[in-house]
Amino acid sequence: MGIIRTEDLTYVYGEGTPFRKTAVDGVNLDIEAGEIVGIIGHTGSGKSTLIQHFNGLLKPTSGKVFIDGEELFADKSRLKEIRFKVGLVFQYPEYQLFEETVYKDIAFGPKNMGLTDGEADKRIKETARLVGLKPELLDKSPFELSGGQKRRVAIAGVMAMEPKVLILDEPTAGLDPRGRDRILGLIKEYHAEKGTTVLLVSHSMEDVAKTVSKILVMNDAKVFMYSDRSSVFAKADELTAMGLTVPQVTRVFDRLRAMGIEFDDEVFSIDYAKDLVLRLLAEKRR
Amino acid sequence: MIKDITIGQYFPGKSAVHRLDPRMKLLLTVLYIVMLFIAKGFLGLAVGIIYMLAAFLMSGIPIRMMLKSVKPILPIIVFTGFLNLFFITTGDPLVEWHFIKITTGGLKTMVFMASRIILLIFGTSLLTYTTSPITLTDAIERVMSPLKVIKFPAHEIAMMMTIALRFIPTLIEETDKIMSAQKARGADMESGNVIKRAKALIPILIPLFVSAFRRAEELALAMECRCYHGGEGRTRLKQLKTAPRDYVALAVTVLFIVAVILLNRFLPI
Ligand SMILES: Nc1ncnc2c1ncn2[C@@H]1O[C@H](COP(=O)(O)OP(=O)(O)OP(=O)(O)O)[C@@H](O)[C@H]1O
Ligand SMILES: [Mg+2]
Repeated sequence: MGIIRTEDLTYVYGEGTPFRKTAVDGVNLDIEAGEIVGIIGHTGSGKSTLIQHFNGLLKPTSGKVFIDGEELFADKSRLKEIRFKVGLVFQYPEYQLFEETVYKDIAFGPKNMGLTDGEADKRIKETARLVGLKPELLDKSPFELSGGQKRRVAIAGVMAMEPKVLILDEPTAGLDPRGRDRILGLIKEYHAEKGTTVLLVSHSMEDVAKTVSKILVMNDAKVFMYSDRSSVFAKADELTAMGLTVPQVTRVFDRLRAMGIEFDDEVFSIDYAKDLVLRLLAEKRR
Repeated sequence: MIKDITIGQYFPGKSAVHRLDPRMKLLLTVLYIVMLFIAKGFLGLAVGIIYMLAAFLMSGIPIRMMLKSVKPILPIIVFTGFLNLFFITTGDPLVEWHFIKITTGGLKTMVFMASRIILLIFGTSLLTYTTSPITLTDAIERVMSPLKVIKFPAHEIAMMMTIALRFIPTLIEETDKIMSAQKARGADMESGNVIKRAKALIPILIPLFVSAFRRAEELALAMECRCYHGGEGRTRLKQLKTAPRDYVALAVTVLFIVAVILLNRFLPI
């Protein structure tokens, strides 16, 4: 059994009012530990709602959620423990900063866990390094930082809790291309260093394609598919029909293959594409 | 949960009650309240009940919603009910036990007062259920606008109400989000003593204030960019128009009031 498992998970907003809306509908999932999963789907497909179930912020209308084999809401007093196990970074997390200094803000989670000052200090410094915050920034007020820096502080605040599962809801929303690459890079690095299970919610196929190993596609509150990158992108037509796209490079190379150029690789990123093109050209010359 | 709070509690629909001119609805509600307060006996109150029932049936609002609206007032109704029951000593005694004395007069007053309060709540709830808050403030502005001659800032007050109403759901949503985010970082808001709980609010209030100020600034800027300069010479997108049905409703309401006056005169029971 995986680290995150759901059984017929359903969530309805505004039950019993005219604004009733089923945001998650009968979801069955089994996510293995150590995986880095991209969650993708059009606006309003229920991604944010789904992930808020994984640390017990939302209680399922029906169905069950298991984290590490333990059923959520079976024992309410365990919820806090589970929240330390599953770290959740919300959409636009920079709006939740509140402390006087960056250091104190990152310390909020670790302190709530009851870590000693020494242990918390070690973790804060380490995560600050990992997310690329310079040591002198730690004593500044979080409100004086730039948007991208704030975002990194907020992500560090959750990472410092060293959760077994790290979930990020659109961590790259509203950042410029360089900022996006940096955030995605640090997530990958964190995954490699700690072996944490990572769930990454995103609108952008390009972002997801170059970061994750498996993709969960949500469509109209249901799971459309959960599989590795190449089998997901093989359904390009269906994805397009639900308003999603296959990364541009992948499309280009699919067309090249259709035109008769022979190669076995699945192409998801520009860097890989470049290497592949160079290799194919070298082979051709020989 | 915080998201269950309903303010404005508008219940969208297309019934005749929904479509009445909001200014007329305001006037009718005032007349209805007058009707309830001039009624001297149960027969008069019954006229109010019939009026309410007719409006309610036409509106298509579920009975559940109407009952929900009385719930917060229930303690007050019960409390005044007890006061009336035990302290009014007119009429024939029903129960006498030590110092407790219940009389028919007390019982009558209790039922009368309770029914009146409930009818009052039903009426005003029906107004807010069938009129969207924005339309309602619009109507209030129009009704208050004659006061502009004595420099009463009718437009500004209405604009403030509109903005406040507009942002209540946004702020509730925002609070919800910030609370979830801090909970995800292990914030504990449900346990501990008063001081601990008050302290636990800091991580929520600070981001909330910061974003409220940011929003206020953005909104002010956006309004200025679109040349907002107060109410003078401003025209409206949605003109309020009275239709024949508004006058029919007014006429019917006046008839009901006349009925109550006649009952007061000739059958005051
Ligand atoms: N607090 C809420 N109250 C009522 N309905 C909600 C609430 N939050 C979300 N919804 C509805 O539930 C559905 C799913 O929303 P959700 O936020 O999970 O979508 P999403 O996939 O994260 O979208 P996005 O990509 O825009 O973030 C939407 O139709 C939305 O309108
Ligand atoms: Mg979302």
